Amino acid sequence: MIPRHLKIGVTLMLLVALGMGIYVWHMRGRAQLTEPSAQGAPVAPPVSGPTEQVTLYVADDGPGAIRTQPANLPLPSGRQEHAEELLRALIAIYLNKDSPHPLPPGSEIRSVYLADPGLAVIDTNSVFTEQHRSGILVEELTIASLVETLSANVQGISRVKILVDGRTRETLAGHADLSGFYDATAVHLLVAQLYSRKE
Amino acid sequence: MVAGAVLLLSGYANEEKRISIYSTAANYTLPVVSRNNHDYVGLFEVLEPLGTVTAKVDGARWKVRYDKVEGEFTNEKPRAKVRGRNIDLPNNFLLENGRGLVPLASLSTLLPAFLGGPVNFHESARRVFIGNVAVHFNAQLNRSSDPPFLVMEFTSPVNPTISTGPGQLRMTFNREPLVPPGSQTLKFDSPMIPSATYSENNGAAEIQVNGSVPLFASFSNNGRRITIAPAPQPEKQAIQPPTPPGGPMPTLPPPSAVPSPAVYFAVIDPSHGGEERGAALSDQISEKDVTLLFARRLRRDLEARGITTLLVRDSDSVVSLDQRATIANAARSKIYICIHAASQGNGVRLYSGLIPAGDASRGPFLDWNTAQSSFLPVTQAVESQVAAELQKKQISVRMLAAPLRPLNNIVAPALAIEIAPPGTTVADVTSVAYQDSIAGAVVAAVVGARARLESGR
Repeated sequence: MIPRHLKIGVTLMLLVALGMGIYVWHMRGRAQLTEPSAQGAPVAPPVSGPTEQVTLYVADDGPGAIRTQPANLPLPSGRQEHAEELLRALIAIYLNKDSPHPLPPGSEIRSVYLADPGLAVIDTNSVFTEQHRSGILVEELTIASLVETLSANVQGISRVKILVDGRTRETLAGHADLSGFYDATAVHLLVAQLYSRKE
Repeated sequence: MVAGAVLLLSGYANEEKRISIYSTAANYTLPVVSRNNHDYVGLFEVLEPLGTVTAKVDGARWKVRYDKVEGEFTNEKPRAKVRGRNIDLPNNFLLENGRGLVPLASLSTLLPAFLGGPVNFHESARRVFIGNVAVHFNAQLNRSSDPPFLVMEFTSPVNPTISTGPGQLRMTFNREPLVPPGSQTLKFDSPMIPSATYSENNGAAEIQVNGSVPLFASFSNNGRRITIAPAPQPEKQAIQPPTPPGGPMPTLPPPSAVPSPAVYFAVIDPSHGGEERGAALSDQISEKDVTLLFARRLRRDLEARGITTLLVRDSDSVVSLDQRATIANAARSKIYICIHAASQGNGVRLYSGLIPAGDASRGPFLDWNTAQSSFLPVTQAVESQVAAELQKKQISVRMLAAPLRPLNNIVAPALAIEIAPPGTTVADVTSVAYQDSIAGAVVAAVVGARARLESGR
């Protein structure tokens, strides 16, 4: 004769096993529904911590202007990582299909290095420059957007250098100078010129 | 004082002999000593920059070990043993205070034995090339500009010492493994820069450019390109044109009786050219073609109003940004106008330089990156006049600063004109009527600002 408590225990365990099986089946079905393109996309490292309100300076080709766009971003506490995530958020806007200032797909900020006193070095990938649209205005909008977003949101930046795959390049796409350092104050005045344009 | 002068002169007369060694590990120069009327060099010093070297003296024998290769020499003997093989030296090995001196001529056999690879020894010039390190160059005269200039392209960055003398400019390459071109004399069939000669001596290579006018050199492309152009005729003003960073200041020759290059009131710079097409305005229209077309039109209209005009390029040729600035500054023009074209937007955009803070100008020498700063007020005044003339012709216009080279390197009022289509059709950017309207507005503004441009205020 099997004891009653043993029967109850076995029944409960069978029920739990059945429930777990149903749950696993359900999750497997959801995983299959996930889009393959999303699986192939590069995965950025997760950023933890509270979100922070920042102001992005976004280029808009329509009027040929820079406009501000507030954003709440989860930014790392490290100053350098903070700067990198900030610019990656800006680039993400430009890579969006409805972008006001499209950048070539695959454009990336590889890293941002901060060096005292006041120097920020933005290292982009080669796609960013090699497939960037060519023209004085379209190139200077990109530069002004990057430099102003960085200097306005990361304290103490007075000069910005833009590299491509770790190397100096003469121009962005035939016009905007990349051979030297951008002075944050001069770019701020340029943004004021670009910003004041009536849409 | 007289004794000092004699000593100084004798020092120059007995120039120290040296040998230059070029390798992928290091390029270096060592002193050559003379013993018994033969040239010697310390073998330890030759090998040390190339790898790990140890040496010890054992009586009259000197044993040297380079990485895993052992060599043995005997004082006052013309024979050595390297990797267990005997090598005959042209003269005796000498041991002086623990230092092993080998005859210079023996390096062509000793070094391959120690290094296990090819060594090319230019013995008469005392230059040793270890492995594939040679820097080659070519020289081409650009005849599209007036006056023509010589462009020398090097396969690696170079930084020669530059000096000038009557009718010549000499570049001495002390640290670069420069090798001669096919012919040691290059002829350019130009009365201004007829030829250049290559020579090498005492551990250095030298290129001498011969000219019928004073010449000066400027560097670009990260030291891979040297442009040699007729020097501007010095005027009353003391300001020296800036030179690109990365090379020594050009040596401007003193005023002389040689004919001066033409002085132009305006320099027009059609951007891009050659392989550098600029923006693709459409499948058929390249920016470089639009800029040249408009520049020629603008020159025609300016000259019709009595304004002498120089085009930086008048053909489909490549001119670097540094060369453009050099040409403009050498012309001592009163205004520099750079032409661009774009498919984005409408009308005309006028740009002045985006000048960075800080100015490293020293006395009469201007900082290359901020040379434009003192001319910016006049630039902006002319820019406003051009904008006003364009508005009179109902052409949409916008004024901005731009990080656009070579605006910041120009020592004259300098502005850029970016021509966009008048409407939605990109091909209209090449329309004769449209370009004539823009050119007319620019000419009217330049003529209107002539007095101000001449005074520079």
